Amino acid sequence: MIYFDKVTKLYGNSAALEDINFSIEPGEFISIVGHSGAGKTTLMKMLLAEERPTSGDVYFQSANIHDVSRATLNQIRRRIGTIFQDFRLLPYKTAYENIAFAMEAAGRTDEEIYSDVPHVLELVDLGDKLNHFPHQLSGGEQQRVAIARAIVNQPDVIMADEPTGNLDPVNTFEVIQILKKVNDLGTTVILTTHNKGVIDSLKKRVITMDRGRIIRDDKEGMYVL
Amino acid sequence: MHVTPWTTIKRIFRTGFLNFWRNGFVTLSSILMMTITLFTLGLVVFSGVVLNTTLQSLRDKADINIYFTTSAPEDQILALQNTLQARPDVAQVVYTSSDAELAAFRDRHQNDQLTLQALDELGGNPLGAVLTVKAKDLTQYDAIAQFLEQQQSVGGGGSGSGSGSASSPIIDKVNYFDAAHRAAIDKLQSITDSAERIGLVIIIILSLVTVAISFNTVRLAIYTSRDEIAVMQLVGAGRNYIRAPFMVEAIMYGLFAGLFTLVLYYPITYWLGQQTASFFGDLNVFAYYMGHFFFFFVVIVGTGVVLGAIASFLAVRRYLKI
Ligand SMILES: Nc1ncnc2c1ncn2[C@@H]1O[C@H](COP(=O)(O)OP(=O)(O)OP(=O)(O)O)[C@@H](O)[C@H]1O
Ligand SMILES: [Mg+2]
Repeated sequence: MIYFDKVTKLYGNSAALEDINFSIEPGEFISIVGHSGAGKTTLMKMLLAEERPTSGDVYFQSANIHDVSRATLNQIRRRIGTIFQDFRLLPYKTAYENIAFAMEAAGRTDEEIYSDVPHVLELVDLGDKLNHFPHQLSGGEQQRVAIARAIVNQPDVIMADEPTGNLDPVNTFEVIQILKKVNDLGTTVILTTHNKGVIDSLKKRVITMDRGRIIRDDKEGMYVL
Repeated sequence: MHVTPWTTIKRIFRTGFLNFWRNGFVTLSSILMMTITLFTLGLVVFSGVVLNTTLQSLRDKADINIYFTTSAPEDQILALQNTLQARPDVAQVVYTSSDAELAAFRDRHQNDQLTLQALDELGGNPLGAVLTVKAKDLTQYDAIAQFLEQQQSVGGGGSGSGSGSASSPIIDKVNYFDAAHRAAIDKLQSITDSAERIGLVIIIILSLVTVAISFNTVRLAIYTSRDEIAVMQLVGAGRNYIRAPFMVEAIMYGLFAGLFTLVLYYPITYWLGQQTASFFGDLNVFAYYMGHFFFFFVVIVGTGVVLGAIASFLAVRRYLKI
């Protein structure tokens, strides 16, 4: 479903990604671990076509995403729900509107928005913060809005970049449960985290990165660094 | 999908209005800047009008007077008037009979007993009739004068500004052939021409500055949203869907700034109209403003709206990555 073909990304002279080759099957739950600066976020940027690789290609269902039309890329992006490491909420929109916007962008009707947004906010335990702007929310709350936004459109793929970085153990557990549940329903999940406990309890595929390279790819991996 | 265009339009306007309302500070300062811009544009229009009327009234002061001999028969004078009137370059020909000239002369010198006495002693009417010719344009006086010269030589058989000797010419004198009169008309023309040129240059410069300022204003307003635009793209929103609410917002800046400017001009022209009515001749800026309010509305509000739309369209495009 997703295929990285000899992807290298240089920032200036230093390589954030170097000769990355791997593929992800539909329905997989794959975790990417590695020290800070290993290139995990850069990898996700490649998949969302936020930046171009210096060389190599990235395929999403046989479409080379750095070589498709604007409209096709938008279609692909709507099928990938992303939880950004730095949240990237729209600062001038409330929690409700942030999620509604993602639904509008995906072409959902008003009825779907009215019913799904409160529901998904309830799911991440923010049912009472609907009308708060991002700056009125704590870091963990913002992160949960970002999670709600990523899952609301029932995307084919969820990319979660450090989605539990600002959460307490209870919230972390709940968010991982949500990811597992959507994965059980068939959604492909790509997760990065520094949380050893989470990785070890998942018992799913783990890719380990170091300085821009993949150094391990284990079927039922553990957090080994 | 099943989202109707109407729903999309509704969403775009709702988002535009919301942003307009919420980004209070940005909105206010943008409207203020746009108001300055449109106010300047209004000044440009007003100056153009004032300059034009002033120049026009100056130009209207120019004319040619044809003085006829006292013996010239009225039907010939009227025939000449008709001929002149028929020319395409002639705007107006006014006939003043010798009696009317005399009455006007007496009127002008009503406090000058000496002159009046001398006039009475002369007996009869020493003044001839006069035709006053106004051309449609300052440059056309030469051609009209040439034509008169021909008439004069046909009627008088020669001798330029003839004093009437040969076969009783009807034209005594045409003042355009006075060097002083001619120089005055030439001078008037060069002054009005250069005033017009300078005015045009100033208008163009001011308009360009105006456009640049409002473009920058809108761009700054949208600059604060550049990250937001990037995120919207990452969740797969289309370009137009991202852009449209910003355009609604900027159009509202232009709309409000335009209306605000129109309101500002009300007391200003009222005051100016009272202060300067005499200075601008017949032009009262307040009366002009009120009389041409629809024109000003369309120009000022229309410019605000169009500038807002174009500026925001271009500004958002800068921050769209795909
Ligand atoms: N825009 C950029 N310009 C220059 N260098 C960059 C840029 N983005 C990332 N890098 C560099 O690329 C490398 C990989 O960064 P990346 O964000 O992918 O790391 P990461 O694995 O996500 O780290 P973390 O666990 O801290 O989130 C880092 O050394 C970083 O400094
Ligand atoms: Mg990262």
